Amino acid sequence: MPLLPARGRGAASLTGSDESKKISMHGFANPTRFLRLARLLTAPLLVAGIILAGLSLGWGLLGAPAERLQGDSVRILFVHVPAAWLGMGGWSAIAIASLTELVWRHPLAGIGARAAALPGAFFALLCLITGSLWGRPAWGAWWVWDGRLTSMLVLFFLYCSYLALADAAARDGDGTSRVPAIFGLVGAVNIPVIHYSVLWWNSLHQPPSITLGKSEMAPEFLWGLLAATIGFSLIFGGIVLARMRTILADAQAEARLRRRAMEAHDA
Amino acid sequence: MHEGLNHWTFVIAAYVLGVGGTALLCAWSWIAMRRAEARRDRSREK
Repeated sequence: MPLLPARGRGAASLTGSDESKKISMHGFANPTRFLRLARLLTAPLLVAGIILAGLSLGWGLLGAPAERLQGDSVRILFVHVPAAWLGMGGWSAIAIASLTELVWRHPLAGIGARAAALPGAFFALLCLITGSLWGRPAWGAWWVWDGRLTSMLVLFFLYCSYLALADAAARDGDGTSRVPAIFGLVGAVNIPVIHYSVLWWNSLHQPPSITLGKSEMAPEFLWGLLAATIGFSLIFGGIVLARMRTILADAQAEARLRRRAMEAHDA
Repeated sequence: MHEGLNHWTFVIAAYVLGVGGTALLCAWSWIAMRRAEARRDRSREK
């Protein structure tokens, strides 16, 4: 089962270092080069992310003060906001990778998009659940059908659909990931809707506290939140690299077994 | 604040889900990667 088809000039096979050297392709699309970099970065990203996220969550739980209006429930901020950021960031990554795949036919872009989908879906779901847990003590409701919450739920469903599409494209063996790539690109329409929903429509959800160059958040929350967001983002990066390595290794093993079977058949 | 709810119940639930879920995702991705790479290396040796 080829993971991606050779599609004209510049297209590349991802079935092994020997094969990849023989085929012309742009430098960054070289799986051998990518794997060298990924092997170097996967564990450090995960370890640094776990340490930073752990420290900032410890601060959020034990060090940060209770908020004047929301009381102790404000501590959920340190989980909820990074989860929201990565839920939206994950789909933005899928959209950029899909565009790269469709326009430049970069062979690793489709794999990157596929690898980002599961952690993206996880963080979108975590955002919904922690938002609900925060909403109950803060608003008196687990859920309201307003623009922000509904568009975030739509994002989670988009992730589920993307995962099913990408899985089917890989399994069916036609090798094409054009359909998931188009879906990934079209689904990106939901990202600005999520972001601006609290400004466009009436919502129980508060408007953004942090905008470019401006923050209305007290420093004792702001710095902890930034550290948690960076920590979870590093973890996200490590998971995406690990999943890309998994997909590539599976494809390489599959290609070798297939080649051996064909050689045995010819002999 | 509503109905005199204990906020810590909600805070602890959010942290347990956040930390536990992320730890599970990390561990699962790492183990799947190691298994896939071991399978690829075995296919090289055969």
